[in-house]
Amino acid sequence: MLKTINCKINGRDMELQVDIRESLLDMLRDRLHLTGTKQGCGVGECGACAVLIDGQTLDSCIYMAVWADGKEIVTIEGITNDDGSLSDIQHNFVDKGAIQCGFCTPGFVVSATALLEEKPNPTKAEIRRGLSGNLCRCTGYTKILDAVESTAEQRGNKK
Amino acid sequence: MEHKVIGKSVERWDAIAKVTGRANYTGDIPQKELLYGKICRAKIAHGKVKSMDISEALKVPGVVKILTPDDVPEISFPTAGHPYSLDSRYVDVADRRILTRNVRLYGDEIAAVIADSELAAEIAVSKIKVEYEEYEFYLSTEEALKEGAVEIHEGSKNIIADTINGTGDLEAGFKDADFIVEDVCATPIVQHCQMENQIAYAYKDVDNRWVCVSSTQIPHICRRILGQAFGMPWGKFRVIKPFIGGGFGNKQDITIEPLAVAMSMAVGGKAVMLDLHREEVFAWTRVRHAISYKIKMGFTKDGLITAADIDAISNNGAYASHGHSVVAKGGGITTALYKIPNFRYRSRTVYTNTAAAGAMRGYGTPQIIYALETFMNKVSMQTGIDQFELREKNFTKVNDENPLLHMTQHSMSLRECFEKGKEVFKWDEKRKFIDENKGGDYVKGLGIAAFAYTSGAYPKTMEIGGCRLILNQDGSIKMMVGATEIGQGSDAVFSQMVADTVGVPYEWIIADAVTDTDIAPFDTGAYASRQTFVSGMAVKKAALELKGKILEASYHFSKRTNKVTVDDMDIVDGNIIQKHDGQIIEGLGDLALNTYYNMHEGHCLTADVSNRCTKNAYPYGITMAEVEVDKKTGKVEVLSILNVHDSGRIINPILAEGQVEGGMAQGLGYGLAEELKYDAKTGKPLNNNLLDYKMPTSMDVPDLSVAFVEIDDPVGPYGNKSLGEPPLCSPAPALRNAIIDALGIYVKDIPVTPQKIIEALSENREV
Amino acid sequence: MYQINGYFEASTIKEAVDYLKENENSQIIAGGSDVLIKTRERKSGYVDKDLVGIMRITELHGISYDESGNILIGSTATFTEVEKNEIILKNISSLSTAVGSIGGPQIRNIGTIGGNVANGATSADSASSLFAMDAIILIEGPAGKREIPIKEFYLGPGKVALNRDELMTHIKIEKKNFEGYKGHYIKFSQRKAMDIATLGCSIMVKMDGNKIGDLKIAYGVAGPTPIRATEAELMAKGMEITTENLDKIGEKCLENASARDSWRASKAFRQQLIRELPKRAIKIALGGGE
Ligand code: FES
Ligand code: FES
Repeated sequence: MLKTINCKINGRDMELQVDIRESLLDMLRDRLHLTGTKQGCGVGECGACAVLIDGQTLDSCIYMAVWADGKEIVTIEGITNDDGSLSDIQHNFVDKGAIQCGFCTPGFVVSATALLEEKPNPTKAEIRRGLSGNLCRCTGYTKILDAVESTAEQRGNKK
Repeated sequence: MEHKVIGKSVERWDAIAKVTGRANYTGDIPQKELLYGKICRAKIAHGKVKSMDISEALKVPGVVKILTPDDVPEISFPTAGHPYSLDSRYVDVADRRILTRNVRLYGDEIAAVIADSELAAEIAVSKIKVEYEEYEFYLSTEEALKEGAVEIHEGSKNIIADTINGTGDLEAGFKDADFIVEDVCATPIVQHCQMENQIAYAYKDVDNRWVCVSSTQIPHICRRILGQAFGMPWGKFRVIKPFIGGGFGNKQDITIEPLAVAMSMAVGGKAVMLDLHREEVFAWTRVRHAISYKIKMGFTKDGLITAADIDAISNNGAYASHGHSVVAKGGGITTALYKIPNFRYRSRTVYTNTAAAGAMRGYGTPQIIYALETFMNKVSMQTGIDQFELREKNFTKVNDENPLLHMTQHSMSLRECFEKGKEVFKWDEKRKFIDENKGGDYVKGLGIAAFAYTSGAYPKTMEIGGCRLILNQDGSIKMMVGATEIGQGSDAVFSQMVADTVGVPYEWIIADAVTDTDIAPFDTGAYASRQTFVSGMAVKKAALELKGKILEASYHFSKRTNKVTVDDMDIVDGNIIQKHDGQIIEGLGDLALNTYYNMHEGHCLTADVSNRCTKNAYPYGITMAEVEVDKKTGKVEVLSILNVHDSGRIINPILAEGQVEGGMAQGLGYGLAEELKYDAKTGKPLNNNLLDYKMPTSMDVPDLSVAFVEIDDPVGPYGNKSLGEPPLCSPAPALRNAIIDALGIYVKDIPVTPQKIIEALSENREV
Repeated sequence: MYQINGYFEASTIKEAVDYLKENENSQIIAGGSDVLIKTRERKSGYVDKDLVGIMRITELHGISYDESGNILIGSTATFTEVEKNEIILKNISSLSTAVGSIGGPQIRNIGTIGGNVANGATSADSASSLFAMDAIILIEGPAGKREIPIKEFYLGPGKVALNRDELMTHIKIEKKNFEGYKGHYIKFSQRKAMDIATLGCSIMVKMDGNKIGDLKIAYGVAGPTPIRATEAELMAKGMEITTENLDKIGEKCLENASARDSWRASKAFRQQLIRELPKRAIKIALGGGE
């Protein structure tokens, strides 16, 4: 069964024909080739597939593609600036050594983006909680937390 | 020697691609046409497939083909990511078929569907009807070894190997002892949980060979095993490894690649993708061996070890994979850490009907270190000998020869690690505070553990690394290595080595985005924490060779105008200079242009090195942990935890810290939470998903502290020793020792869960 | 891709109910964090369904007071909405704590309180708090509207008193059940995020001078459905808050509980938590915060 949906993806208005059986993750990766969003579990337990939907971080693997109708979606590709330059969060991930295998990284950047939007000056505990829907097996989280903390500081909002 | 790039936290070359989502992992590479495979798995834990009815499955729209054991080669092959052995005594056990009629664990691979969508393949799998003949199944080594147990592999008696290793005279050693301590402990089955699941696709290439693109740690070994699995010349296969989302040893084994190729072969060489679900990765790729230990040691009254007798039984699961080498490694690790004049290490590796155990970060070392370091804790508590002193007294020393590995170690800084640890951790302050504030429902405790490891697998297996360097037209250097970047940052570290040795800026080194067996020099891959050490030697040799050629060429091209000799030339920051006054002769770019385009004398400069490594160097380290235990619920809060490592010189501090932090978090999970469980009634895995398997989240990992004692190792190519696996070897015993310190009661096995603590408290078990 | 047959996006309660009634194969889907996972697992009853999306039905959104000052929570209010809502924080903060303990941010942004209750799991973090508040479930179906106390709504593990063609519209917390009460929820789980409760305990306490005027203790995972420790509640009335009394209350709670051995935790361990958690929850509630 196909359905037509209209949504904004990374700033572009789109009209798409989607199969109702598709997850948003399927739609992004297979239909739009936005492969920066990863799949680590398919059931909302790892956060590798996180994207922003109307500003909130959500796991696209358990989100039906048809639900994207009328929504504004931002993926890791849309967090990166149009000229290819990095957002401040991305920059700090690189700078603080928060990237190892990198498979979890897009999801973390997405969740961190939502977190700092909502809480510009989070405590360390709030950062931990804000990123607790994203698993990383490489880093022990330490440098990821550093990266987010530094971004908040640099934005001049840190308490 | 002064280093310009080594020792600096340079940025890894792939960081920006990864943080923007541009880095292509296996599942991200666009295909013109792609079919999907799905494995049909047995629904019993032990038995035989009597019959299989695929007629309904074939009717599912989109299904292209269904493979059964009849459709794949009747060839048994090994899967371990070990180098091939020319000595028949040491070849890996070949007990695996691409698909099997003999079911050896719940979920064993009995058929496979190829379809035009994943969903169609899944639906078809659900429609395959199977009749089984069922046997008794065994989840533990005791059950598998009991009288009359059904053999999981014919003729094996369920034992893969049973070996005894040692030194000295055990009996005499115990006679010399003033006291003897005994203990038992067991470690759980745990899983790697690398974030990218196993994924591979295969197709027939333009030259009619078979290409397998796979998320593997061992491309060159993968190619060889494909050759073995199909009984075809190895050169008929080509393996390509794109970016890989972690491995930790789980991808140091060949799990899905042969089936991916078999599926492509079945459909005329079209590309077929096999992308495992997380649940499959947990239960049906590889896990860490659960090992149980019986330890007996004799000591003089001053606490010197006179003898040690260790009996280890390892649960290898349903297939041999890395087999006996994992538990066997424990013997040499024991004697790398402690000086034991009289030692016996018996190890047995046993088949059971659980997941095949293979390589996992630490390769048997987290298990033996858990056993040894909780044992030392017990000795200290029973005798009153200070736990630092007891260990320090017995540590090996520089220039000791390891009696089991027959290797002499040239650097050993565990005492310095303790010293530094005490200072950074504020051990004495913490100790004092805890001793003065006892009582209540929330109790605190401190624990320590030390470990030894190895750098690479020599002398257990041969060690070889390869590196090819090409001086590009602009003076930049193309670096090709067979060593595998799997997230740990090896490419960055190799680039640093090349830059530092040749004398150019780090940014001038160009690494490969993929490892391709058709292109990359031979190297056995990412395992055994070998790459910086073993592959690093090849990189260093190649860099020195290229540098020599550059200086020769520069001398050659400029000798008419310049009086300087090669001996007086050097390369600094990308310029060729005269050593005596530092004056620049020419830029490397200018020289490179000459080498490429000089009509009469041009020739491109390259270095291509394959290097056999016949050395090893033991890295060491310690963990210190402080916990708070809630006596009413058993909850453990890790208040602080520190790892101090002696890994020789650190090539890239920020990457090194990252390795340590990641390993510590894994060690934390190992000690306190993680365990793959099975249903005793059916043999089915119970918690093979990321919700029920308790890998730590960002809220469960406390702030992690890391320190290094940096003393150059004389053997390491740049004074370095290994670091990849070591960090997870000691956190678990340190945490368990801290819990015991807090509670004053005895908790034996990891993971030390709240329930186990409450049970121990209610039974008031004495240490 | 999910093996589903069809999808219908309802925009009013009536549309949803009509569709559910007409199509025998239909099934409600809210945030999807439960249904889609079961579909992927190929759990029976969850494949080849015609799903009815209810997230865009505005009547089911929001959290408000009704004319009598009761709190009405729309069934599709997400955990994040409930957690941060002013009305909830002011009157029944334990529910905020409870839903705040679920999963991680992504799950809280999509999972709904209605879904949490409707799937009938004893481990549902919101359920024990709703039990402690004697919440009322508002339902609409072909036969019109009905209300049912949460205790009667839970029939057994995974079973609730909701017909296939009915829709849970709201959860009502009556003023008399929160006014003057202080509450707290404690989730005991192995991890601090992304976990299901080994045991959940929610209490509501009203003091009468220095004595307990009324106490409600509810548990998740202490039985096949969430339960109330009615014996302990009865005994507690009129007691002062002392360590001995709290111990007595904790012990008494075991009388209503029927914890079981499972691979996740032993009965004995759960019983220890059943004893311990209400004492802590009461102390925290009365201490006015953690
Ligand atoms: S892939 Fe979506 S949460 Fe893991
Ligand atoms: S960097 Fe590998 S999982 Fe996070």
